Amino acid sequence: MDGAVPLFRMEGISKRYGGVRALEKAEISVTSGSIHAILGENGAGKSTLIKVMAGVIAPDEGRMTMDGSEVNFASPAAANQAGIVCIFQELSLVPELSVADNIVISDPPKRFGMIDRKAQRRIAEEALVRAGAADIHPLALVRDLPLSRRQMVEIAKALARKPRILILDEATSALTAADVAKIFGVLKRLRSEGLALLYISHRMNEIAELADQCTVFRNGRNVASYKAGSKTDNEVVELMIGREYSHIFPPKPVRAPTTAAPVLEARKLSWTDRLDNVSLTVGAGEVVGLGGLDGQGQRELLLAFFGVLRGLSGQILIDGKPVAIASPSAARGDRIGMALIPEDRKTEGLMLPMTVRENLSFAALDRLSRAGIIDRATEQRLIDDMVALLAIKTAGLDIPVGALSGGNQQKVVIAKWLMRQPRIILLNDPTRGIDVGTKQELYQLMRKLADAGAAILFYSTDYDELIGCCDRVLVLYDGAVKRELVGAEITERALIASALNIHGDDAGLKHGEDASLKQGENA
Amino acid sequence: MKDWRYWLAEQRGTLLAFGIFIAMFVIYTSNHPAGFTANVVQTASNKGVLLAFVAMAQTLVVITAGIDLSVGMIFTLTNCLASWLVIGTGIETAFGVVAVLGTGLLCGAINGAIVIYGRLQPIVATIATGAVYFGIALLLRPFPGGSVNEDLADALTGRLFGVVPASLVVLLAVVLLVWVPFSRSVLGRAAYAAGSSEMAAYMSGVPIRRGKFAAYALGGLLAAIGGLFLTFFTYTGDAAYASGNAYTLFSIAAVVLGGVSLFGGKGSAIGAIFGALAFRTIGDLLFVFDFDPLWQPLFQGVILLIAVSLGAFVLFRVRNRLEWFL
Repeated sequence: MDGAVPLFRMEGISKRYGGVRALEKAEISVTSGSIHAILGENGAGKSTLIKVMAGVIAPDEGRMTMDGSEVNFASPAAANQAGIVCIFQELSLVPELSVADNIVISDPPKRFGMIDRKAQRRIAEEALVRAGAADIHPLALVRDLPLSRRQMVEIAKALARKPRILILDEATSALTAADVAKIFGVLKRLRSEGLALLYISHRMNEIAELADQCTVFRNGRNVASYKAGSKTDNEVVELMIGREYSHIFPPKPVRAPTTAAPVLEARKLSWTDRLDNVSLTVGAGEVVGLGGLDGQGQRELLLAFFGVLRGLSGQILIDGKPVAIASPSAARGDRIGMALIPEDRKTEGLMLPMTVRENLSFAALDRLSRAGIIDRATEQRLIDDMVALLAIKTAGLDIPVGALSGGNQQKVVIAKWLMRQPRIILLNDPTRGIDVGTKQELYQLMRKLADAGAAILFYSTDYDELIGCCDRVLVLYDGAVKRELVGAEITERALIASALNIHGDDAGLKHGEDASLKQGENA
Repeated sequence: MKDWRYWLAEQRGTLLAFGIFIAMFVIYTSNHPAGFTANVVQTASNKGVLLAFVAMAQTLVVITAGIDLSVGMIFTLTNCLASWLVIGTGIETAFGVVAVLGTGLLCGAINGAIVIYGRLQPIVATIATGAVYFGIALLLRPFPGGSVNEDLADALTGRLFGVVPASLVVLLAVVLLVWVPFSRSVLGRAAYAAGSSEMAAYMSGVPIRRGKFAAYALGGLLAAIGGLFLTFFTYTGDAAYASGNAYTLFSIAAVVLGGVSLFGGKGSAIGAIFGALAFRTIGDLLFVFDFDPLWQPLFQGVILLIAVSLGAFVLFRVRNRLEWFL
């Protein structure tokens, strides 16, 4: 591998979204006949990197070469043409079409201008066999297949395009163990056929088994490349940590041990294949974090508490008493007093064209009205309180909320829930895409609410926030709680190791913490 | 599973519509005073194909997860146009037919362009264009009137070999010349893919816009064939607002009865044809059983409501309630 001419190279690739640097002078080179693993924590730049490679987004700067000559991809189709095929995390199959239709969808075989169904069938069958999924019938509708089978079709579809570089982004996360074994056989065969494979996974054991070469990303840069197997898991975690510490967090109070029943408790919550026997407690005045890599069931857990999921098994207890929460309107009712600050404020939190005033009072309308008529005076008083409490910057209460900055929009979402004075506050990655100043205000606010007695469950993809804000952190992996970190145990190192489901030696934690702080200062 | 089972599953909606139609038609003819005669079949066919053409037009658009509320008005407009143009010598008549069909194609293309490139919701865009098409129709025929090449009209609404209704033969020809090539072409597949999951189709490099545009444009063409046939039956053009609206509404009922999903991506124009024929037979059944014709619109409305409600059953299977709103 070393010394071989790279098939594909990226040099000095940068990409910014607004003020956020997703990639910063990233480099990578891919060689034929090898499997190259990409590692990194949430937001390290992995996804942006492969989107650039696959022609989904254009980089701001830098160059890409294939076979030594420069290439630029205007669209996913152009990247496909060049032989780069990507299997994305979000499935790209069309549910109402058959497996065969889907496999040939980008370039169906034609005869007399119409799709040649016999040839299509043949191509699909070959591709399914190559993907090790000959048991899937080409005429079956994708809609009727379980998720793991769909993933196999996705792989067959990629192979039918005859790729030279195949990118797999968490391609095994939905698969059963038997399928994973099959896929590994297929991937190894493809490698021996001379394909270059780029493999993104959070499963260290998979990387250990498959990869020839590994590259670690951090803060949008590739920080290390090494031969697979030449580093221990702990050394890899060491490379991944070292985010720049840029926020100031409020001090955490020392909590006195209490015998009171927790305000919110879950016992063995399970839902489809996304939640697996999750048990947790959140006490009054406590901020409990949900950690782990993105998409390990954290969102579903919050939705489960808020009464959105059907077919949930297990038990939810409020103040030690079992309750059935049938809908968000039941969850926010007086008996439970729950609020959920959603992840996507633009669709789940706000009515963008409506005014700031209307948005603020939405969640509390029942309290502001008598016999269905809104009491304007009470509304005004509560809104004034909230605008002052959260320091919402707006030109007026009667302008559309869509005109506010992202940070102020998020404050409106939070304010509208605080108007109900909830006892339980669920936060779903609330600081995504908002400015640093507002973030810090939110951290202060969260602590203030907890001190006033609220129970707070806080999901964040930013480990820094979990460390700075939480009294305890539960790390989720594949829908199950893998580890609980309390107080001083909450370090970046421990969070990453448990997010990757590595059982790191706790003795090394202190050292790792120091190192990461130093790296943060240098970066 | 065997291949034929998959085929059967795919055609379930179409076969069901076919079954419903046959059952209703058998009841109808066996209670008809004249019985199952060539005459009865011809009359039923002539009435049925009008809605069948409009329903096919609707199918193409519904497959893309859109809806065309202007089909009835394109049908009316082309009827009025045909009552001016499809007349005279053979050459003149042929030119007239081409002009009428071209107008339908253009109307559909305008719908498609507005929906795809203007990014307007199909429901709003086609209500507006439908109003425009009706306005033009009214200018063409402020009062019912005009005429048509009666030789051609009689040939296409009569019987072949004394038994086969010519209108059915034309319907079959249109299926073979328009629907089959479309459904088996890359554009047709793109229309299905866009209706089923536009994002997945985009990520797979499918020509979504061209597929949707083709669906809207061909929809206009099929509605125009319907309008042409209306002229052949009535020998006149009539800018009748109520009739245009009724055809739009009935086309939706026919499409749903024919197993085409209003959520897009699923169904076939052949199913919609049987849906249309079945829907038409409802009226005939009421007639042979001596129901007051006043009841017919109410009855058809109830059938439409039931048919569209069936489509909502999938929502009961959703386990994450947020998916209701996607």
